[in-house]
Parts: sequence; structure tokens; C-alpha cells
Amino acid sequence: MTVVHADPVLGRQAGFRRDINSVAGRALRQTWREPTSVIPAVFVPAFFYVVNLGALEDITSHVSGLDYKAFLIPMAIAFAVTGMTRAPALVTDIQDGYFDRLCLTPIRRSALLLGLMVADVAVLVLLCIPVLLMGFVFGVRFETGLAGLVLFVVICGLWGLVFTGFPYAVALKTGNPAAVNACFVIFFPLFFLTDAVIPKGALTGWFSTIATYNPVTYLLGALRSLITTGWDATALVEGVAAMAGIGCLSMFLAFLALRGRVRSGD
Amino acid sequence: MNDPIWYLDDPSGSVVRESEVSASAVLTRGLVRRFGSVNAVDGIDLSVKRGEIYGFLGPNGAGKSTAVRVLCTLLRPHEGVAFVAGHDVARHPQDVRLRIGVALQETALDDRQTGRELLHLQGRLYGMTATQVRDRMNAVLDLVDIGDAIDRRIGTYSGGMKRRLDLAAALIHRPEVLFLDEPTTGLDPMSRASVWAEIRRLNTELGMTIFLTTQYLDEADALADRVGIIDQGRVVAEGTPQELKRSIGQDLIVAEVEGDDPTVLASLRLLDGIDAVSYEAGRIVVSTKDGPAELSPVAIALNATSLRVRALTLRTPTLDDVFMELTGYHIREAVPA
Repeated sequence: MTVVHADPVLGRQAGFRRDINSVAGRALRQTWREPTSVIPAVFVPAFFYVVNLGALEDITSHVSGLDYKAFLIPMAIAFAVTGMTRAPALVTDIQDGYFDRLCLTPIRRSALLLGLMVADVAVLVLLCIPVLLMGFVFGVRFETGLAGLVLFVVICGLWGLVFTGFPYAVALKTGNPAAVNACFVIFFPLFFLTDAVIPKGALTGWFSTIATYNPVTYLLGALRSLITTGWDATALVEGVAAMAGIGCLSMFLAFLALRGRVRSGD
Repeated sequence: MNDPIWYLDDPSGSVVRESEVSASAVLTRGLVRRFGSVNAVDGIDLSVKRGEIYGFLGPNGAGKSTAVRVLCTLLRPHEGVAFVAGHDVARHPQDVRLRIGVALQETALDDRQTGRELLHLQGRLYGMTATQVRDRMNAVLDLVDIGDAIDRRIGTYSGGMKRRLDLAAALIHRPEVLFLDEPTTGLDPMSRASVWAEIRRLNTELGMTIFLTTQYLDEADALADRVGIIDQGRVVAEGTPQELKRSIGQDLIVAEVEGDDPTVLASLRLLDGIDAVSYEAGRIVVSTKDGPAELSPVAIALNATSLRVRALTLRTPTLDDVFMELTGYHIREAVPA
């Protein structure tokens, strides 16, 4: 047995903000190194924008006052930012044991998830840029000017963040990549049973009813108002409230799953 | 002298004195961890002194890794108490985490980072300044010798390099207690020797307490100041390797034989100075207090039978013999005989 006097331990609590920055920094570095994870989020919305514009612009031309190029931009943006998340990387960390290594440090447990979400928001905001540029090329302009453009990007980033709660919840609960991919089925009814590509006034029957109750309809409405209407407080409040409702659910599920994961086997 | 007693409310009824806690690097009383109805850790009492290398020896599935995960705060104990570096793992896990370093059985690394990035992140999560991280990184890299590969992605590392980096990550914040869960499993002999040397150096030069789990008898024998033998979630023996081997109290004469002669065991037992004779899978093991003196009589007795003796050896007991004595099966079999 050794009787050497050991040097003092250097470890101490790093602080909540620093914990989040450390986790977010790692996530952003990984995203930078894996551009293939981001490319579809730029290409797919651009593809749908152009295809829908080509297929439906003439059909919707009878709707008075509708600028279909502007109308479709929120769809393209929401398509880009919905589902862009580090949840698959989190599953890899869980499977490789790296998540355990992070749990062995004095990091605050919530920072393990919040750090990833901060990185997600940064990526989501960047993803808005190419889609907006595409819109500008097609002649889309913001009625609300630069301030409206900034708010538009903020809402898009927050919407992307709100949706990430679901895949994070599945990732933490299951640690299974297939389950994380499967959870994106939530995306389709949330997104397509709305007025994403056809104006609400043109929707009929059951589709119109579902779209009326679908919160994403109001999110798209809020985004659209910033482009085509000007400052519309009602549309913005409805959009933010819809987003907050979904956000409360997704974040509750995500942090509940985190709690279960870090207290595993209680 | 006032020596407060802690945790009298513990359901196991254990009494833990503050003086014991402060003198120990690891102290457990009645520690239980269940998975479903199975007690993976079943009432373990451990006391590891500061500055000691403690070997936790047992076969696969004995409960070693579960015990380590409880001591490292990754799992909560269901019963009993556990203190690591003077702090309760269930009540003050953050205090424990600040003072321990852990290299789990499977290297817990991120293949997409470089070694340097991983160590830097590790240091930052322990609240170290940039200067401290840089200094400690240099120190641990001197210790574990990863060379220029530190700036390569971890995904390109060999198994041995990953082990060494894992160890470096566990050491970055200069922990008081280092947990190594089967640190040499799957390594080639050279890497294994290198890890052994690093463990000895950490202990002798830095005074670090090391809690080492292993299923390798020679590893426990060579490295550990004291060994705890665990089987089916329980510690069945504890002591220095020498004490444990002495506890059997005998030399062993081992004859590897071919053929079948039902009279052989009885005839060997009739010899003077023979304490026990057993037969298993072509091997006759004769226990005696004086191996050199009994070797010739045993050889003569075997020669008188119809068995063909392929080898006859005299040896002192190993930890495997201790394990066999205590559990009824060899450590590598991991299935009760």
C-alpha cells in the first residue's frame, strides 16, 4: 500500500452555463464534421418548394390576393427545421457508453439535454438562410421588413426546438435509433394536415376541420403573416400559443425521459 | 472520544462510524442492488483504505460491474450504504463524482472527437480552467503515452489506445479514487503489461486509491494490495493475495493422468501427511502441508495404479484454488459445479 501524499483533486462544479456551452460546443463540432446530416434539410424543402410551386401556382391563381410564392415559404422553412436534431447522435452516445461517461462527471443533468437543444437552435437558424435566399430569388419580400424577417427566423428556430423534444424523449427512453427515426411519423400528420400548401379557404370537408384544430396551421399562419400581411398581432399570438402548447408537451416528455435515463434503475 | 455514528436509519441496521468513513476510500455496509428479482449485488461490505490497490475478483456475472456502477453513482443502491472518498453515493452523488475517476469495462469514448477534444471537454466539465486543462492534459498524456494520435479522431484508435485514452479521461481532474472495471479485458499481452505498469505508477507515484475489478487471477495477484472475491453478488473472501492463498493452508501436488482406476483416490488418502485428494477432468489434486516431502510418496502411489501419469507438479495455491475452495467451482467456469 502506498503512503504518498496525493495532490488535491481539481474537479469542481463547472457552472450551469458552462455545462450547456460544453455540450453544445461538442454537438456543433460534430454537426460541422457531418455535413451530410444537414444537406437533406436544405435540399428537401427546396425540392418541395419548387415542385409545389410548379404544380399548384396556376391552380391557386384564382384565390384573390394570394402570392403563392410567398405563401409556400413557411412550408419550406418548417420542412427544413422540423426534425433537425442531435437525437440520433444522442442514441449513439448512449449505445457507445459515452453518455455514461458524461453522467460520471459533475455536469448538471439538465445540461446534457439543454446543451444539445442549444446546438440544435443554432443549426436551425442557419438552415433558414438558404431557404429564405431561395424565396428572395423567387421574388418573395417581407411586408414586416427586417424586424419581421428576424422574428420569422426566431419563430422558426423555436419551432424546430419545440419539435426536437419528441425525438429526444424517444432517444432517452429507448436508446434505440430505429425508434428515434420512427418518431418522425408525428411530423407527417402535424405538418401535412394543415394549410401548408393549399390556402385554408380552399380546404373542404374533414381536411378543413382537422386543419382548423391542428396547431401547426396557426404556426404557419403566424409565419405567413410576417411575409404577406404585415404586423398581425392575432396571427402571431395564435402561432406562438400553438407552438407553446406543443412545446410544453414535447419538453415535458423529453425531460421526463432524461430523468428516467440518469436515474436508471431506481 | 466522540466518534459519531451515521446512518442508524439504514434498513440493514448497519452502523457506520465517521472515523471509518474518513479513513476509507470506499466503504460499504449491506449494499444491495437488484435487477428485477435478482440481487446482482447482495449485501456487500467493503472497506478499502486510502492509497490502496483493491482487486475485486470474480467471474463474469458475479456482480463486480454492478457494484462499481453503484459506487460510481451510475446506479442507486436499493439497500445499505456506500461511501466513496468520504461521501455518500446516494445522498451526495455530485460530491462523489468530483473525487472519482472511472474507466468502465467498455471504453466510453466518442469516436467522432479527437483524443485532445475529448480530454479538453472532460476537463471543462470538471470546472477546470483552460490552463489547468492544458497542464493536466500534458501530465496524463505523459502517463498513458498516446503520442501524436492525440490529435486524431478516436475512431481510428486501436483497442489498446482507446483503453489508454479512457484512462487519461478518468485522470484529467486528478481524482482521489480511480475505478477500473476490467481494464485489461480484450487487450493483447503488451497492452496489458503497459496498463499494469500505469496502474502501479498511479498508485506509487501519485498515491491514488485504485479499485480494480478483474476476472484475471494473475492480475489481481500481481497488482492488488488486497483482494475481495465476489461470487453471485456476495463477497466470499477478502484479504491480501498471500493471506487468501495461505488460508487454504497447503501445497498442492497436481497429477495429470489418463485412464481410470477407482482405487487411486483411496490409496492416496492412505498416505501420511495428505489432507485432501480430489479428482476433476483428468487431474488429481493432492493437498498437503509439506509438498516437497510428499511428492515422492504420491508418485510411487500413482505408479502402483493402472493410470498413466502425463505430468506431476508441485505448486503453491493460486487465487483460483481459493475461489474453488470457497465456491466449489473454478473462476473461469463461472457455473457452479
